[in-house]
Amino acid sequence: MTPMLEIAGLEKNFGDVQVLRSIDLKVARGELVFVIGPSGSGKSTMLRCCNRLEEPTSGSIFIDGRNIMNALSADLNRLRLQTGMVFQGFHLYPHMTVLKNVMLAQTKALKRPKAEAETRAMDMLGRVGLAHKAKAMPTELSGGQQQRVAIARALALDPKVMLFDEPTSALDPELVGSVLKVMKDLNAEGMTMVVVSHEMGFAREAADRVVFMDGGVVVEQGTPDQVFGNPQQDRTRAFLSRVTGAE
Amino acid sequence: MERFLEVFFAPQVFARYAPDVLYAMMTTLWLGLVIILAGIGLGLVLACLRTAQCWWLTLPIVIFADVMRALPPLVLILIFYFGLPGLGLTLSGPLVLFIVLTAVLAAFAEEIFWAGLTALTRGQWEAGRATGLSFFQTLIHVALPQAVRMGIPSLVNRALAITKMTALGSVIGVKEILAVSSSAQAMSGSATPLTMAALAYLAIFLPAVVLARWLERRFSWRV
Repeated sequence: MTPMLEIAGLEKNFGDVQVLRSIDLKVARGELVFVIGPSGSGKSTMLRCCNRLEEPTSGSIFIDGRNIMNALSADLNRLRLQTGMVFQGFHLYPHMTVLKNVMLAQTKALKRPKAEAETRAMDMLGRVGLAHKAKAMPTELSGGQQQRVAIARALALDPKVMLFDEPTSALDPELVGSVLKVMKDLNAEGMTMVVVSHEMGFAREAADRVVFMDGGVVVEQGTPDQVFGNPQQDRTRAFLSRVTGAE
Repeated sequence: MERFLEVFFAPQVFARYAPDVLYAMMTTLWLGLVIILAGIGLGLVLACLRTAQCWWLTLPIVIFADVMRALPPLVLILIFYFGLPGLGLTLSGPLVLFIVLTAVLAAFAEEIFWAGLTALTRGQWEAGRATGLSFFQTLIHVALPQAVRMGIPSLVNRALAITKMTALGSVIGVKEILAVSSSAQAMSGSATPLTMAALAYLAIFLPAVVLARWLERRFSWRV
């Protein structure tokens, strides 16, 4: 079976700085892959290459068997519908209600009829537990609620893969749980997910695989038990002891 | 006191010139409206073109905006009205006034919209593009509405200031409020027509200022 997401020989330079050096990664259907690593290790950049928000310097990205690096701009807009992205800073549209936030790309990019988009949006808001906030403006919501709306906005487009870029890093600790719960439910329902995050507890509990990146390469990967319980590489051990030591 | 009233509020002069001043009010009003619509519209289009970030679009827009904002509008009005006929191009007074003031307002409006667009976080663009919206769709549905809202207070002030500059039309024979009342003042030898001009401007701009306040409230939102 073809992987849902496959990254092959991915390289990215910012000017003279090589941020990613030949990354290879396969994510199977329904798998939750957790990416950890020190800041500057290239994990966010790798994630942002998966929908070409960041233009890779070289390499291939396959979504459900199709290489998105070959796509021209109009095609690219369509391919981006297959990857839902959730940002650290939520980035809801502040001038629209929550409902309109979840409907916009459905009507404009997917060309869904308005009524259908609204039904779908309400479904998705219900799924993240925020149907009662449909008429609210984003600024009236807590950070955790905003992030759940952002997840609903991405889900409403029926993506094949969900990409999470430090989804809980900007949240107050007591709001993190609600977002993680939505993510866990999502994975339980079979969504393929790549999560860049520092929530090690969540990784242990929910991840199928943990990938440790450092210096623009994948240093080590395996099940949470393998990577956290018995890391093989010195760099992994050093990182984990720094992280857990800080906690 | 009697003398004051006679100089500034002589009833017979008032009655004599009221129809002329009322007619001039209409001229000022529609000139102002057309200039606001065209100027803000043009400014919006220029700001959008600038988002394409090609130097051959940006360079002329920046030059246009800077020159138009730097020059006193009266200078341009005189050049257009008295200079262009030398090239065989004769434009009517109202048309010159329209072209020059529209261009000046467009220059300011472009800068205001552009400032709003650049104040937007990168994340707003990324959220749009990541959900499959094209650059143009993101501009229209995500970026512009926010830039416009941010710009409304300065935009309203600019629009009012430009509309008041229609008074510059009095030097090139446009029959707007100031031109009509100052010629009435010359004919009658009374300052009353100038009082009428002031009242006429108030009648137009006081409601406009109130409307502006309402607009600012309506389009602001808590961040």
